[in-house]
Amino acid sequence: MAPRPGFVLEVDGSTPPILFHHGEGFRLEKLPVGRSRVIYPAEPLPGLKDPDSAIRHALEHPYDSEPLSALLFPGMKLTIAFDDISLPLPPMRRPDIRQRVIEAVLDAAAAAGVDDVEIIAALALHRRMTEAELRHAVGDRVYDAFAPAAKLYNHDAEDPEGMVILGTTPQGEDVQMNRRAAESDLLVYVNINLVSMDGGWKSTATGLSGYTGLRHHHNVKTMQASRSFMDQHRSELHSSNWRMGKVIQQSGPKIFQIETTVNNNSFGTSGQLSMLQKREWEWSGKDRATFVGMQAGLKHMPASARRKIFSSWQAPYEMTSIQAGDVESVHKVTTEHVYRQHLVPVQGQTDILTMGLPYICPYNVNSIMNPILVMCLGLGYFFNLYRGRPLVREGGVLIMSHPTPWEFHPVHHPSYIDFFEQVLPDTTDPLVIEQRYEKSFAEDEWYRHLYRTSYAYHGVHPFYMWYWASHAMAHLGRVIIVGGDQRAVRRMGFMPASTFADALEMASDVVGRHPSITHYHNPPVLMADVT
Amino acid sequence: MIAEALAGKRLFITGSTGFLGTALVERLLRAVPDTELTLLVRPGRRVSAAQRARRELFRNDAFDRLRAVHGSGAAANTAFEAEIDRRVRVVSGDVSVDGLGLDEEGRAALAAADIVIHSAAVVSFDSPLDSAVEINLLGPSRIAETLNALGVAPHYIAVSTCYVAGSRRGRALEEPVNASPFYVEVNWRAEVAGARRARADADAESRQPEQLNTYRKQARGELGAAGGPLLAAKTEQLRQRWVDDRMVTAGRARAAAVGYPDAYAFTKALAEVALAETHGAVPTTIVRPSIIESALAQPNPGWIRGFRMAEPVIISYARGLLRDFPGVPEGVVDVIPVDLVVGAIIAVAAAEAADPRPDPTVAPPVFQVASGSANPLRYRRLVDLVSGWFSEHPLYDSLGQPIKVPQWSFPGRGRVEGQLRRNLNLVTKVERGLNSLPLRGRQAELAANLEEKREMAERALGYVELYGKYAECEAIYGIERLLGLKDLLEDHDHEQFGFDPRVIAWDDYVRNIHLPSVVRSARVRTTPGGRSGENRTERLRRQVLAPERHFAAFDLENTLISSNVVASYAWLGSRHLEGRDRLRFIAKTLAEGPALLRLDRADRSDFLRHFYRRYDGAPVDVIRADSAEMLSELILSRSFPAALRRVRDHRALGHRTVLITGALDFVIEPLRPLFDDVIAAEMTIRNGTYTGELTAAPPTGESRAQALFDYAAAHGFDPAEGVAYADSTSDLPMLEAVGFPVAVNPETRLAALARKRGWLVEHFEKAPGFRHPALPLSTAEYLAK
Repeated sequence: MAPRPGFVLEVDGSTPPILFHHGEGFRLEKLPVGRSRVIYPAEPLPGLKDPDSAIRHALEHPYDSEPLSALLFPGMKLTIAFDDISLPLPPMRRPDIRQRVIEAVLDAAAAAGVDDVEIIAALALHRRMTEAELRHAVGDRVYDAFAPAAKLYNHDAEDPEGMVILGTTPQGEDVQMNRRAAESDLLVYVNINLVSMDGGWKSTATGLSGYTGLRHHHNVKTMQASRSFMDQHRSELHSSNWRMGKVIQQSGPKIFQIETTVNNNSFGTSGQLSMLQKREWEWSGKDRATFVGMQAGLKHMPASARRKIFSSWQAPYEMTSIQAGDVESVHKVTTEHVYRQHLVPVQGQTDILTMGLPYICPYNVNSIMNPILVMCLGLGYFFNLYRGRPLVREGGVLIMSHPTPWEFHPVHHPSYIDFFEQVLPDTTDPLVIEQRYEKSFAEDEWYRHLYRTSYAYHGVHPFYMWYWASHAMAHLGRVIIVGGDQRAVRRMGFMPASTFADALEMASDVVGRHPSITHYHNPPVLMADVT
Repeated sequence: MIAEALAGKRLFITGSTGFLGTALVERLLRAVPDTELTLLVRPGRRVSAAQRARRELFRNDAFDRLRAVHGSGAAANTAFEAEIDRRVRVVSGDVSVDGLGLDEEGRAALAAADIVIHSAAVVSFDSPLDSAVEINLLGPSRIAETLNALGVAPHYIAVSTCYVAGSRRGRALEEPVNASPFYVEVNWRAEVAGARRARADADAESRQPEQLNTYRKQARGELGAAGGPLLAAKTEQLRQRWVDDRMVTAGRARAAAVGYPDAYAFTKALAEVALAETHGAVPTTIVRPSIIESALAQPNPGWIRGFRMAEPVIISYARGLLRDFPGVPEGVVDVIPVDLVVGAIIAVAAAEAADPRPDPTVAPPVFQVASGSANPLRYRRLVDLVSGWFSEHPLYDSLGQPIKVPQWSFPGRGRVEGQLRRNLNLVTKVERGLNSLPLRGRQAELAANLEEKREMAERALGYVELYGKYAECEAIYGIERLLGLKDLLEDHDHEQFGFDPRVIAWDDYVRNIHLPSVVRSARVRTTPGGRSGENRTERLRRQVLAPERHFAAFDLENTLISSNVVASYAWLGSRHLEGRDRLRFIAKTLAEGPALLRLDRADRSDFLRHFYRRYDGAPVDVIRADSAEMLSELILSRSFPAALRRVRDHRALGHRTVLITGALDFVIEPLRPLFDDVIAAEMTIRNGTYTGELTAAPPTGESRAQALFDYAAAHGFDPAEGVAYADSTSDLPMLEAVGFPVAVNPETRLAALARKRGWLVEHFEKAPGFRHPALPLSTAEYLAK
């Protein structure tokens, strides 16, 4: 049976309560009849039958490029860069796509007699990956062959010797890149494209860059001009990366881009979490029993235990496409594959958009989803998963569901803690924050030290989270978080509601007593094509 | 008439920095223009007599009225200062030494005096017997003897107290103490000798080895492992306090034995007896006020100086702390406003000596200034007035809620004391229990609050023991001779120098004059609602983070991170162990825990040396590499983000920051970028391995303070402008070394000390929500695979 596409459900009397993700837990909420609709993602597309031969085929039949084997020669300097821990979400089961692809690239390199090979986790200003995380991504064989000799390592954007400026774009944007990558004869980039923002020039222009380069597009102005940043044709973020790509093309290394897409089989078609990607009226008796049991169990568990259980989940993602070669040609194909899985046509905007935020976002893998990340997942990522127009009308209300605990990972998010304690009590306005505080956090020696030697996100990273939401903040009339820690929610300038019904009540003075409501049933990921 | 009588006179006054003395000097300056004053002032430890007079006397608000006479602003102040300079002379001296400690100039000033008014006294009811004897008993005679020695005979007025009549009921007349039929014959010279001997005996006893051991133990109990010098200082302080306490007890016992409520009344009574013998050719008058309280009208209604006898009791009552108080409801509380006493003294001075050439064997005449016989204030009435007033004007607790005042039932003193003592015992026991627990941070503050409760209970008991007797005193003091002086006063003098207690309207005085004044000077909360503006912690924090500070020193363990040297050792030690070895290591380290903890509590430096031996033979390169990883796994995950932020705040303010820790240098190496400087323990290295021996004494206890002094000196910083953060009393030397100490998550003892000394207390916590492993073990390498 072919997978069913995503669709929009009009809520009527027979619609069961709808699933809302709620951090390390869930809520079932009854939506008002007659004026609510639910957008469901498509079912997972089938994966490639033989991924390894598909990889080999892609490497030898690239788009607008010579085959990989023809680009390799003895004595050359080869660098393989790959997407970091933030992709895919949740992390996928072994073998990770990156492992398969890197092994294939290494086989080709070995066959061509290349021996100067270095492998870099292209994490930009994200935290360094731990040994276990690197092993998961590239596999033990690659890790053991390269890491001990320091040939497999994390990108370090604050290494004064390790970064170069390749040039500037006509708009005056500095194009910064990891020196090893920049000075290689060939840079092979291994990507996993989960959402339409990923990949393309963003892989190298962002992933291997540093603060000097990133500040040109990771800022409030760019983000407010990206409507949305998930839509390449209307994303200033995309345009800036593409401008930088031109500079890389002229002055940087030769790039062989390998992009892959995965289906949205985040929770499995069978197994204990499978009901999360089923439509509620199709839940079997077993699904219901599992769900009720899971809810009861989670309720009595300490937060740390819940977190451990959820973060141990690995998605049975399957590769739906792989294409290699010229960055822009490859990315066009990739985007089509992403849209094929994600796009759901939706007609018209809504007064209230509701969403249940899950336990994970790109920046808390094996970590804690702190309030700033909650905000960013909702107002940054989910809000922007649209093409055409935002799902919610201008001045409308966004209701998100997440416990939003006042909790932080002391090792991964030190600058977030200070951002939350020092910056937000002063102001929540992204522009003021950018102006008043960004530089001091970005250039802070201690954060720099932690980013480079420990496992901390860069000092400036919480600012990017805040900028990510600036389009939504300017667009929305009110943001309400259901079930959120009251102090934490208020600190961010939002309103806490204890129940969904309260939240609707609180929304009524912005959108009236009979607003239209749209629930965004994500994850698994979907992208609304709003007309 | 009075002003004229005193015109051109020179007055020599003692006790001018006291309550009565201040009022007396003020009145003379303001109302008797043509007089010159010589004030005998005891120099302070660091200030001269003149400076003390300036600070403690003329800055008092009593002089506001006199200042106002000169107008307002700087010019008025200059005029006021000019008048002081012209009319007042301060001489340095001390009534507790023979010859009054006067220099040549002082003696000349005394010899030139026309009138000498002696009002210096130890007014505390529970002062040590010997100091009460030296000042109260011998002081008046020393002045008389000095005058006789100088061969001068000015009119000498000695201020005594009505309570020299002792604990008895019925009328007490203006007659010599020993003229009373109830006087118990006591040889005052023998009492002086006895008091001095008692001090010597108590001092000798306090130096017995067993006693000294007790103090040492007590000091350790209070300060913990604060290091040798501090413990020694504390021990000596405790010894001296013990001797003083013995002398207080001795005073109370001796006074009670011969029929006086306390050492104060006892020594004052003997002073009168002694003065009768020693006044010689000096015409002497004794003025005995009863309980002096706030002014009726002069210099201002309600003016009071110091927190005296009734005030603490009244405030404790209004705070609801004194559930009950002894007293005889129909008895008389003999209170007299200070301005009436001043009026009486000046009138006595103006009236001149009754006999300018007195018979040395005849006791001096006595004037009593009291209200009980002519205008009695009944105890029940007073209590009703006070409780009524506080019902209308309640004090507020820290939450802004009004405090309901208790109803007193006038039980016997024994019952109240019994109750309070039981209460105190209970609190003390609970406190001791809590102190023996290893508490920190907020829990430790609870324990410290309990200490505050205990101190309040002690104070309540103290008030009842000390002042209860006065509430139960049923003596009535006659004032016939005083009233006889009234004829001297002309009409305008009544207003200026009136002393007739019959003018006091008690209801008005208590409700509209005294209580508002008491509440004002007690600085208690009199408005409802939450606090607005800066609270104490915010104020202290602002001072700590002021740009003027020079540097900030930080302790590491439990100040910046919730970890310790044992944890880092366990982490480093377990990193390369697998399976059975790992388990064995864990078991061994756990088993040693209690013994290590004991050693740590006894002496931090010994503990560190002992513990660090374990690193003997550890390869330097491995340990250094592992330490870098330990930053993420152990140190940062257990850090207090607010504390790290504070370090950075100081740096941002331009303060130099320094970490001073007994932890090993390689352990804190990854933290180095956080600070400008680091002072840590270092281990010697031989052939690429650590030896387990330190290169120098670890910076703990007093050597940490020394390290801080050296650091400050090296950078040209003033320690008084330094900030130090630490968590335990073993860091006390470092905290005391700087001007701005901050107790971070203090353990019980430090919490108590910080509260007493008004130090900033910060509660820094670990990042919320992160689960910390129970054991500080590394994820061994093989587990990561």
